[in-house]
Amino acid sequence: MKTKITIGLAAATLTLAMASCGGANTDAPPGAKTPPPGAAATEAETKAPDNMITAADITLGDIDQTMASAGKGIYELKCQACHSVGTNRVVGPGWKGITERRKPEWIMNMMLNVDVMLDQDPEAQKMLEECLVRMPNQSLSKDDGRHVLEFMRTL
Amino acid sequence: MKRPVLSALVLLSGAGGLFLLFNTMQGCRPQTAQTVVSGDVASKVYIKPGSHDEFYNFVSGGFSGQMSVYGLPSGRLLRDIPVFSVDPENGWGYSEETKPMLMTTHGFIPWDDSHHVEASMTNGVPDGRYMFINGNNTPRVAMIDLKTFRTASIIEIPNSAGNHSSPFITPNSEYLVAGTRFSIPMGTDAQRDVPIETYKENFKGTVSFIKPDTATSTMSIAFQITTPAVDFDLAHAGKGPSDGWFFFSCYNTEQAYSLLEVNASQRDKDFIMAVNWKKAEQYAKEGKGKMIDGKHYMNHYDESVHSATSKVVDQVLQLDPKELTDLLYFMPCPKSPHGCDVDPTGEFIVGSGKLAATLPVFSFTKMQKAIADKDFDGDFVGIPVLKYESVLHGEVKKPGLGPLHTEFDNNGFAYSSMFVSSEIVKWNVKSLEVVDRVPTYYSIGHLCVPGGDSKQPWGKYVIAYNKITKDRYLPTGPELTQSAQLFSIDGDKMELLLDFPTTGEPHYAQAVPAELIKDKSTRFFKIEDNKHPYATKGEKEARVVREGNKVHVYMTCIRSHFAPDNIEGVKVGDEVYFHVTNLEQDWDVPHGFAMKGAPTAELLIMPGETQTLKWVPQSVGVKPFYCTDFCSALHQEMQGYLRVSPAGSNVPLKFETRSVDAGS
Ligand code: HEC
Ligand SMILES: [Cu+2]
Repeated sequence: MKTKITIGLAAATLTLAMASCGGANTDAPPGAKTPPPGAAATEAETKAPDNMITAADITLGDIDQTMASAGKGIYELKCQACHSVGTNRVVGPGWKGITERRKPEWIMNMMLNVDVMLDQDPEAQKMLEECLVRMPNQSLSKDDGRHVLEFMRTL
Repeated sequence: MKRPVLSALVLLSGAGGLFLLFNTMQGCRPQTAQTVVSGDVASKVYIKPGSHDEFYNFVSGGFSGQMSVYGLPSGRLLRDIPVFSVDPENGWGYSEETKPMLMTTHGFIPWDDSHHVEASMTNGVPDGRYMFINGNNTPRVAMIDLKTFRTASIIEIPNSAGNHSSPFITPNSEYLVAGTRFSIPMGTDAQRDVPIETYKENFKGTVSFIKPDTATSTMSIAFQITTPAVDFDLAHAGKGPSDGWFFFSCYNTEQAYSLLEVNASQRDKDFIMAVNWKKAEQYAKEGKGKMIDGKHYMNHYDESVHSATSKVVDQVLQLDPKELTDLLYFMPCPKSPHGCDVDPTGEFIVGSGKLAATLPVFSFTKMQKAIADKDFDGDFVGIPVLKYESVLHGEVKKPGLGPLHTEFDNNGFAYSSMFVSSEIVKWNVKSLEVVDRVPTYYSIGHLCVPGGDSKQPWGKYVIAYNKITKDRYLPTGPELTQSAQLFSIDGDKMELLLDFPTTGEPHYAQAVPAELIKDKSTRFFKIEDNKHPYATKGEKEARVVREGNKVHVYMTCIRSHFAPDNIEGVKVGDEVYFHVTNLEQDWDVPHGFAMKGAPTAELLIMPGETQTLKWVPQSVGVKPFYCTDFCSALHQEMQGYLRVSPAGSNVPLKFETRSVDAGS
């Protein structure tokens, strides 16, 4: 009885890991999946701010190479430690094909308002339960975020 | 409804008064811990979870060499800022970047004794930009930046021996002072190598004027005034009408050099030394000083490179008051004055003769007149002594026993600490009448009113910093925490609200409204602005470089891994430098770094910062390193290995984390 339950849980964990943490890597630690405490976000930061990005805030045209290469610079400094540009998970999901999987405003909010997303957005929360590391607020400006988005579109 | 409550309060405070009288009469016997605490004082100090205190209280750590920050009125300890001592909590003095901060002409000093906290001022009022504190044993002054709550600069004071009379500041932060406690022989080696019994011929005192530069957060010594050989104790700057003057208390005018306890307590009066610093500044500008030997270190921590450097200066500009007139005057002050405090109007100067039965209050107007009239009572080693009666505003009679220090409120009252009778005495500065007294537990030293040494005190509280704790808290063996006590001064009567334990010895302190500081507090260092020569800007740049027997590890950390985390090719006897850059860009996500076998435990690296741990491996093996700051749910996974091979082996240098682009 007991063994079966454990196996069942482990299997569930695996599927979730594949689905949400975007990875060929299924090395999410097994066991209790208690979401980590919201230690990194202050009470003030997790109240939905007025500056959430909406679809209307973003226009996508042909890929702008200057913006994309600025985005690549930011990626290498602030994101590469956790995200590959492939499909493999490092700490967070790989970015290949991300702009096909996610809406641009959702990606922008992940970059600019990550604490709100991790507290309120079900998709983001699902990933957190898998990755178990809170995606850090890397303090990007709106322009920074837009440049990284452009870089993601090249992947 | 209100009446009965009021009269109950009066009754209670009446009882308190009686209680105190009783206690004072008991003389040397310690008072009991049972204090009359009236009404619902708990609500006056209760700060509910998640709310902030009204004041920051910056308190000297005394013999810890550091400065502690408490919130008031809660008394909660917010931070211990490392200043003059190494700090195992964050690697201060252990990391390569911070070691130069503790360099002096006596070499690296890992532990000093800090005494007085002073706030930077604008228009005579604390402006919340910097705190200053003195190093007493190895004479130094430190400048603490209140954006980062970190020590930005430390300057050594040459020709000083025991920097006690420091670091008091002028109303617009023009100068900080440093008066030497001990007089000493100065000059060349031959001039300094003299018999102690030639004190009178060969010894001199100095008071140094230090210029803080707020643009660069650095300090330099503008000039130094030589003085007759005495011991300087404390000081405060003039303000308002007395702006341009500085007042120093001095004792040992007997010029004793042995058994001072007896030999320096002979004379009826010692002095308050009045310094015309505007005049001194002018003399210095006119080139009237002399450059003399005065080697000293100037250490500065530059935030843009996250590193400190030391500069050594060989000489200082000295002004000799025997040749340059109108610089110094002595005002006689009864019996070994300790505190030397100027009231908010700038007219009154209080000298606290610690062995005196009265508290003399001097008048600046009268002092000016006495100087103009040459109303002198002879001279002391060539410096004019003003007539006591001519400069005296009046004496507070029977204030208590062992007066030490005085702070002020904004309503014309002064609060003096009485060490021997263990109480705070409130008196009217103009009329000199004692209006209230409360016992402190036990043996109060310094005291602090928010803004209490400025032109516009915020008042509200007086905090007693006590020297003896005894039974105030649960006992912890022979060594006890020291203790502070918070009193409300809003009403006519002082009211005890709270005891709170302190780290080290709570010496002088400053309290500043939180609004002046909290919104300017740095949250993290921008990684783009990190100009550390060994910074690693992104994991892609993580690497290991060998230069002879030096191995530089350019390492990054982020929740929750290091890059690189597998290193090979290091040999016994190599000098390994771990330059660890924290790539996080959010508030309160430090990482730690500890290497097994490194003699200093760890580094603590703030977001965007680079810090360096030096390690010389002593033995062969695969050695672990790990993060010491609980950073995420996977903190316990934040670790790595370093392989150490025998000296002279040819294991190639190799480093990696997992390949970041494996899946593309
Ligand atoms: C410390 C590791 C770390 C760093 C650094 C980091 N992230 Fe993340 N990121 C994560 C994790 C983990 C997740 C999954 C959500 C979670 O667990 O919080 C994630 C999720 C994301 C997602 C959603 C991915 C998807 O597949 O839906 C985006 C977009 C993202 N991050 C962008 C960024 C950008 C842009 C940066 C750099 C500015 C960055 N991240 C830096 C760890 C990190
Ligand atoms: Cu860590």
